[in-house]
Amino acid sequence: MSHDNAPPPLRPAPDYAGADRDFARDAAARAALFARLGAALPEGSLMVEAEDLRPYECDGLSAYRQVPMAVALPADEAQVAAVLAICHELEVPVVARGAGTGLSGGALPHAHGVVLSLARMKQILSMDATSRTAVVQPGVRNLAISEAAASLGLYYAPDPSSQIACTIGGNVAENSGGVHCLKYGLTVHNVLKVRGVTISGEVVEFGSAALDAPGYDLLALMIGSEGMLAVVTEVTVRLTPKPQLAQVVMASFDDVNKAGDAVAAIIAAGIIPAGLEMMDKPATLAVEPFVNAGYDLEAEAILLCESDGTPEEVAEEIARVKTVLDRCGARAMAVSRSEEERLKFWAGRKAAFPAVGRISPDYYCMDGTIPRKRLAEMLTAIAALSQKYGLRCANVFHAGDGNLHPLIMFDANEPGELERAEAFGAEILEKSVEFGGSITGEHGVGAEKINQMCVQFNRDERDFFFAVKRAFDKRGLLNPGKAIPTLHRCAEYGRMRVSFGQMPFPDLPRF
Amino acid sequence: MPPTDPIPDTTMAITATPATPSAPPSAAYDAILEGFAARIRQAAEAGTPLRIEGGGSKNFYGGPLHGEVLSTAAYRGVIAYEPTELVITARAGTPLAEIETVLAERQQMLAFEPPRFSPTSTIGGVVAAGLSGPRRLQAGAVRDFVLGTRIIDGQGRILTFGGQVMKNVAGYDVSRVMAGSLGTLGLIAEVSLKVLPVPVAEATLRFACDPAEGIVRVNRWGGQPLPISATAWHGGALWVRLSGAEAAVAAARAVLGGEAVDDGAGRALWQALRDQTHAFFASADAAGTPLWRLSVPSTAQPLDLPGETLVEWGGALRWLAADLPADKVRTTVLAAGGHATLYRAGDEAKVRAGGAFQPLSPAMAALNRNLKREFDPKGVFGPGRLYPDF
Repeated sequence: MSHDNAPPPLRPAPDYAGADRDFARDAAARAALFARLGAALPEGSLMVEAEDLRPYECDGLSAYRQVPMAVALPADEAQVAAVLAICHELEVPVVARGAGTGLSGGALPHAHGVVLSLARMKQILSMDATSRTAVVQPGVRNLAISEAAASLGLYYAPDPSSQIACTIGGNVAENSGGVHCLKYGLTVHNVLKVRGVTISGEVVEFGSAALDAPGYDLLALMIGSEGMLAVVTEVTVRLTPKPQLAQVVMASFDDVNKAGDAVAAIIAAGIIPAGLEMMDKPATLAVEPFVNAGYDLEAEAILLCESDGTPEEVAEEIARVKTVLDRCGARAMAVSRSEEERLKFWAGRKAAFPAVGRISPDYYCMDGTIPRKRLAEMLTAIAALSQKYGLRCANVFHAGDGNLHPLIMFDANEPGELERAEAFGAEILEKSVEFGGSITGEHGVGAEKINQMCVQFNRDERDFFFAVKRAFDKRGLLNPGKAIPTLHRCAEYGRMRVSFGQMPFPDLPRF
Repeated sequence: MPPTDPIPDTTMAITATPATPSAPPSAAYDAILEGFAARIRQAAEAGTPLRIEGGGSKNFYGGPLHGEVLSTAAYRGVIAYEPTELVITARAGTPLAEIETVLAERQQMLAFEPPRFSPTSTIGGVVAAGLSGPRRLQAGAVRDFVLGTRIIDGQGRILTFGGQVMKNVAGYDVSRVMAGSLGTLGLIAEVSLKVLPVPVAEATLRFACDPAEGIVRVNRWGGQPLPISATAWHGGALWVRLSGAEAAVAAARAVLGGEAVDDGAGRALWQALRDQTHAFFASADAAGTPLWRLSVPSTAQPLDLPGETLVEWGGALRWLAADLPADKVRTTVLAAGGHATLYRAGDEAKVRAGGAFQPLSPAMAALNRNLKREFDPKGVFGPGRLYPDF
């Protein structure tokens, strides 16, 4: 079943508690299922032929591939409900899919299941300037919301790096962040209501058009649930007034520890920057020839600190930031003097992934989160691991949020390098947990980090996650095998790699 | 460092020790926690309900109380406070006042401004009740600040979810669900909360207007990049609080106009609204009038319900002091797109109203019941506190 050129399928075995009926072995049952699904959908909305299914075999994590049994493309909520009700009745696994840009294999199909693509549900249903809300279908792209709201002086704040392509339904599934989370929050802080359909085909509303809702906060549970609790059919997002001005300070340091201390000092000074990013020397060295952002190539670390608001507010905050950075020993500082220059300063940071992809045949991207104060320790540990495994590593860091993206460089054609990169990455994630952090800050667990969940959570806690799942999906049919490892799974320990040349969205910025 | 320094050097993190001198060491806390777990297991076995209580200051909230009290008061103390991480972790029984004192020393705060009903109020109770104050408009609610929890479930298992970091998408977000669950899902043993810096400047403005005009204005301003951190309409006037950088507050004052309220009077007003000691609450309480908390879309017109009204959160929170049939209140609020809570009233009135909270749709009620059953299979925790049937 696997693609000719693809690595062997590394996906987790379908060992989820749910049923796993192989329709391939029962042609009559398969035909009956397709007939029922076909009848519930408009002409041309059900795909079952191998060549039509191939494009759905993976998401942004191409190392894992699996062709599904069928792909359904509903046009509205009633069709979503009909498909789910049929799959529930016949115990067919369902994997919901947005744009397929996720980096953790959350939309990896199930061999005996249906991929439910929400791509045709891409209408902005309403946008209200007075209440600063928009009601959108799940297939609406993240950036499309901000573009549509721009004429009202509003935007949708969470800005994951893939925002030109990723959809709001996927953002809800992953609780997506972006570079402005510290000040503006994650998806969970910017969504008022999610309408969805449970696996049994019932329509439910999580949250409300008010600021809270009666009963348990199931909206909080839905957001970030990786398509395992219900399928999103409509999202009410909160829109934010666009700041009048944004400016960025670029500071360079001759010591990563000093840069780390500067991050802490900015926060301690009572400043919540709109963005606070850090890059180490290997990252700036990779990036500068690529984008000519004007980075200090002698610096051991570079900080980018953005301020937004009214011109008066920005001027005041930038002055305070500069004072702090100066006190923390910044060797050089520059403040953007125009929007063009601001974007230039950011260009290097945003080009970090492709830039590393240019200087190394392959790289493996990690997504650990640590308390900010452990940053220097983490970078020291990574440097030691780099020596130990004989592999280079560039570090880019959402410093404000403590979210680290080490990019381990390797060459898959060199015997043993992939294995060394994987072992290197595993040690970084384990360190993240040891330092009081998390194995994933924003990419999700999906299929990728299913094994590392065994490190972060004990058996009781993992059992508890299954209990939460049961409350919504007793038969375990929604996105089975993802996010929460079974006991059996935890006996194994696998790794993934990202090979830049194989990423399905090579033009999408990744940061 | 002189107090006038605009940039306090507070980079040093502190790990706080329990405030009370007689506080037991860490091992003793583990024993207390194990004691809670054992008590829960016994209760599950015996089928005797428990009522988790911190300071007991919010016993009025939710349905009638049932079960033996399981007090978290002994499990107290700040476990870690990292000003530069913007995170505080504390045991459930830690008094809210103690947390606020510790934060204030570093010019930080709980930005959701939970009401302080009593000096006995605990941080566990704050999270379990899920009530937020005036700044909720700008900063978000309790649930928005919950980063992690340690809980004990209905089977007496001690479990840790979330953590002390801002971004964490590993596993379901169990911690946030604990906010507002009124102790019916599990015992919140420890909680990590995001904290924010105290704004450099604040100012309060007053505008004379009727409620409809007040609602229109706050929604219009909400669409502009203005540092409005709280609003309140009551008795013919709209009050607006601005919070942020000196320059931002000054610029917004110039844009908004209105009448400047003296700083002391402004602070007293927002404090009284936050702690629900404002004359509106006091007179409803004195007269024994039932108090409704109506959560509606911010743009909803003034509701066609007779009674005294106080409007907060940019129009999204409407308090109503009125003795009205629950059906009438709930139908009206539901039609406006919101939900109504019989916030302060006698148990009898709550029973007559079919419970304190707005009934759920059948599908949503089923999910709530399912979740309750998974967290607490034997129905040990606070039966009837959230909904009469679980």
